[in-house]
Amino acid sequence: MNEFWYLSSVIALLAGVTFLTRALPFMVLGRVADHPLLEHLGRFLPPIVMVLLVIYSFKNDVAFSVDFLPELGCLLLVTALHLAFRQALISIVGGTAMYMLLVQMGVG
Amino acid sequence: MTLSPLNTLVLRTSLPVMFGYLPLGAAFGVLFSELDYHWLYATAMGLFIYAGAGQFLAVGLLANQATLTEMAVATLLINSRHIFYGLSLISRMPNRGWRRLYQIFGLTDETYSLITATSLPADIDRGQFQLRITAVNQVYWIIGCTLGAWLGSQLEFDTAGIAFVLPALFMVLTIEQYKHLRDMRPFVAALLIGFGTLLLISREQMLLIAILLSLSVLMMQYAARRTHKGPEA
Repeated sequence: MNEFWYLSSVIALLAGVTFLTRALPFMVLGRVADHPLLEHLGRFLPPIVMVLLVIYSFKNDVAFSVDFLPELGCLLLVTALHLAFRQALISIVGGTAMYMLLVQMGVG
Repeated sequence: MTLSPLNTLVLRTSLPVMFGYLPLGAAFGVLFSELDYHWLYATAMGLFIYAGAGQFLAVGLLANQATLTEMAVATLLINSRHIFYGLSLISRMPNRGWRRLYQIFGLTDETYSLITATSLPADIDRGQFQLRITAVNQVYWIIGCTLGAWLGSQLEFDTAGIAFVLPALFMVLTIEQYKHLRDMRPFVAALLIGFGTLLLISREQMLLIAILLSLSVLMMQYAARRTHKGPEA
């Protein structure tokens, strides 16, 4: 499969899935949306998925060694910035800039 | 050139989103350019997918050569929050036909919050306002994605470490989730399940397995609560 068809199918797939998640409540018109199981999942699944995504981002780096300290430190910086200012952009840019600095100095 | 009151209001209301979407879209674009694909694909993703976290995740999945199934499931789950808060908009969306379809397509977190949080003067048409807000927000996003990918592929600056925007974004979303939920249990459970899967079961299939495990735990917890009719668990 060449690059054009591969990326086109990935984009089409992700576009379809993303649209589906946005359209679903409109399609079912709230008939099952207040089912308690859906409410339960809707309440607890998103936070779990977010934490899993943070861990997944480091799936090849996670180790109980000093090698992981820069990643951990920068995640803590993101957390501190976000608790202090609660501006997503400041938190993300601040943590990423620090991480890039560390990596490019040869620490990461 | 004078702007109509409607367009003036749309531009003024959407200004904060512009300041958010241009740099965040550009960060996505730079990250995407690391994959060495043509920058037009980044534009296409902003145009057809139009999802912040979803597109960042897609870069990670493409870089990890995830399968199409993994991509679909991961995207479905990261966007699943939309399912639960789109509901409150149904009765507040006057547009019909293609306008309604486009609005549903463009229902990002930011567009949702502008549409629900802005009170309109009496002479402004609500449907037109919502439609234009959705459209200008997407234009900001597409410009950001394109500029980032184009600059990233043209300029030779050292981007080592820029992939950290992705975990940083997820970390921010995690904190937002906690501020919203005020309950530590799902976070502790996710840490246990996530690291457990990674270290004991599989590194490559970690996301899929951990998500399925979490789903099972949540459903068992729900079933147990139903049977016992115990206190709010």
